[in-house]
Amino acid sequence: MSRLAEEFLVSAAQKSADLTHRSTIKRNMDSYDAAVAKGKTRFANWEAARARAAQVKSEGIRNLAALLEKFEEKIIARGGHVYWAENSEDARQYVCNVAQKNNVRTVVKSKSMVTEEIHLSPALEKLGMTVWETDLGELIVQLRKEPPYHIVTPAMHLTREQIRDLFKEKIPDDMEGETHQELVAAARRFLRRAFFSAEMGISGANFLVADAGMVAISTNEGNGRLTTSLPRVHVVVTGIEKVIPRLEDLGVLWPVLATTGTGQPITTYSTLIGGPKTTDEIDGPEEFHVVLLDNGRTEVLADEAQQELLRCIRCGACLNQCPVYRQVGGHTYKSIYPGPIGSALMPIFNGQEEYGHLSYACSLCTACNSVCPVKIKLSDHLLENRHKYVEEGNSKFSEKVGFSFFRWAAMSSTRFALLGWAGRKVLRAALGLGISPHALGPLANWTKYRALADVPKDSFRALWRKQNGNH
Amino acid sequence: MEKRVALFIPCFVDQMSPQIGLDTVTVLRRVGYKVEYPEDQTCCGQPGFNTGQWDAARPCAEHFVKVFRAYDQIVCPSGSCTSMVRTHYPELLKNSALKADAISVGKRTFELSEFLVRVAGVTDVHAEFRHSVTYHPSCHATRELGIYDEPIALLGKVKGLELKLMPDANECCGFGGMFSTKFGMISSAMGETKVANVEATGAEYVTAVDPSCLMHLDGVLRFKNHMPKAIHIASILAQEAR
Repeated sequence: MSRLAEEFLVSAAQKSADLTHRSTIKRNMDSYDAAVAKGKTRFANWEAARARAAQVKSEGIRNLAALLEKFEEKIIARGGHVYWAENSEDARQYVCNVAQKNNVRTVVKSKSMVTEEIHLSPALEKLGMTVWETDLGELIVQLRKEPPYHIVTPAMHLTREQIRDLFKEKIPDDMEGETHQELVAAARRFLRRAFFSAEMGISGANFLVADAGMVAISTNEGNGRLTTSLPRVHVVVTGIEKVIPRLEDLGVLWPVLATTGTGQPITTYSTLIGGPKTTDEIDGPEEFHVVLLDNGRTEVLADEAQQELLRCIRCGACLNQCPVYRQVGGHTYKSIYPGPIGSALMPIFNGQEEYGHLSYACSLCTACNSVCPVKIKLSDHLLENRHKYVEEGNSKFSEKVGFSFFRWAAMSSTRFALLGWAGRKVLRAALGLGISPHALGPLANWTKYRALADVPKDSFRALWRKQNGNH
Repeated sequence: MEKRVALFIPCFVDQMSPQIGLDTVTVLRRVGYKVEYPEDQTCCGQPGFNTGQWDAARPCAEHFVKVFRAYDQIVCPSGSCTSMVRTHYPELLKNSALKADAISVGKRTFELSEFLVRVAGVTDVHAEFRHSVTYHPSCHATRELGIYDEPIALLGKVKGLELKLMPDANECCGFGGMFSTKFGMISSAMGETKVANVEATGAEYVTAVDPSCLMHLDGVLRFKNHMPKAIHIASILAQEAR
C-alpha cells in the first residue's frame, strides 16, 4: 500500500466519523441540489443540452492539435504569446520567467485548478513574490494555508463563524462587522489593494475557443475581470483539453457549466479574452501569455478507452453527488482534483501505484455518471483503473491468490457448493462456540462496523434439491 | 405452452440468504411460471470484475454464459448481478469467443421486479403484507438498468402494505462489494446516512430489489439496535393474500 493510501484510510476514518462535518456538507449539498434541480428546468430539454455539450467537447478532443494551432495563430496575430508546456515543471518555469522579466513583486490570481495542479504559487513565492488568490473561497483557504476543499467551492467545509475568526486573525483592519455581507466587504477591501498593486494577473480558462482565438472565463465575483485587466501582464494557465471548436458552442457550454456548477442560468461574468490591449483600448494588459499544459493529457488522449475523461469541464457535479465525497470531504483525497473525476484522473496522471487506491474508494453507485454534464461514465473509468492497477501488479498478494482460488472454485458447481457448505459450517461452529467474528480474519472489516448476518444451515441449492427432489 | 424461466441465484444469496431464492420461486410460480434452476451455475464474476481482477472474473462470466445460454428467459432477485451480466459482460468478454452469446444472454436476463412488470405484465401478485415499508432504490437497478417504477408498482398492489417514501432515496447504501471491507469506515458511514433516512420515514421495514444492499443495511441496523428491519421485495411478494 502506498503512503498516500495509508493516509487516505486514516483521514477517511476520521472524517466519516465526524458528524459536524457530515452535517455541514449535507447542508451545502442540499442547497446545491435544490439550485441545480431548479436550474435544469430552465432548459427545454436538459438531456439534449447534455448530449450536445458532450458532443462539442468530444469534437474538441478528437481535433485537439489542429484546433489548438488555430487558437494559437489568432492569439499570436493579436500580439499574445502561446507556450506549450509539456509538464508542471515546464509550465512553472515559463510563468516564473515571465514574472521575473517583468520585475513582478505582487501577483493576483483568479480561480484556477490547473495552477494548483502545477503548484505555481509556491514557485512564485520562492522567488520573493507575493501571490494573492482573489476568488473569495480561494482566499479563505489560502489564509488558512490549506488546499481547496472543492474544485468549484473551495471553502465549502467552513462555517461563517470559522471564516469570521480567520479574518479577525488575518485581516483585522479590513473588518467592520461579522455578518455575511460585512465579511465579504472585508475581503473586498483587502483584495482591492492587492489588485491595484499587482503587476501580474494569472487566470485559468474554462474554454479555449479555436475559431475565434479566445479564452473564455466564467466567474461570479468580478475578480476574474480585475485579474485579467488591471495588472500589466496577464498569464492564462490552462489544460490543452479545454479547446472547443466554435464560438457558438459557448451557447450550450456556458449555461450547462453554470447549471451543474452552481445552478445558475449563466455565471455572473462570462468573459472572452483574445490578447493584450490594443492601441485604441484603455484597459487591459500590455503583455498576454497563454500556457497550454499537457502534463499527462496526451497520454489520456492516446488511450481510446479513457479518452472521454478529457471532456470534463470541472463543474464539480460528480463531487457533489458522490456519497463518498459527502462522507470523507475534499481534503481526504490529497489530490488536486478530488471526488470521482479526481479518482479517475489522478492514477492516470500520477501512477496507479501511488493513487490507485482512489479508484477503489468508491461503491460504484454511478450517481456521478448520471449527473455529469458531458456524460463521462466515471464509474467505468474507475473500473478500468482498477483493472490497470491489478495488471500492473499492484494488488495485494493475498487478494490475487484469493481470487485465483475463487475462480478455481467457481469453475465447478460441485466444488463451489462444497466449499460454500464447508465455509458456512466452520463459521457457524466458530460463532456457536462464542468466538468473536472480530477474530475471524477479514470478517473483522465487516463486523467492526456492522452486525453479521445469521449464517444459514442450508444453501439455496440444497433447499431447492430438498423441495424439488432432483438429486 | 407452458411459460418457463431459468432462475439465476447470486452466489451470496445461495450461501447467505437462501430464503430470498425460495421466495422468488414462490412468486414466479404464483404468476404462472415453471421455474428451472440450472444447477451448474456458480458466480457471475462481479466480485473479481469490480476489484480489477478481470482474469479471475472472465472465466466466471464465460461459465455463466455457457450455463444460461440455453434458456430463453432468466430471472434474478438482484439488480446488481443482473446488471453485471447485462451491462458489464460486453466489456469483460469483449475479446472472448462467447461475446455474442454474452450479449444475447444479457438481453434475456431480468431482475425480478423488472421481469414481473415488464415481461410478465403483472403488478398484482396476490400478496399481503400488513406493515409500513419504505423502498430503497438500489444503485445498479436504477441507474444501470432503469428500474424505477416497477418495484413501486408491485408494492402498491400488496394488500395492507403502507408505502412510505424515503428522503434522498437515490443515495447509495454504502455496500459496494469489496468496498464495504476495504473502506469499512466510509461504507458504514454511508450506511448510517441511509439508515437515518429509513428511520425518518417511520416505516417498520426497508425493502429493495438487491439482497446485497439489504444485507448491508441489516448489518448497520442491527449493529446499533435500530428498529426497522430489512426485507427483500421477493419476501414481501411471496406472502400470499388470504
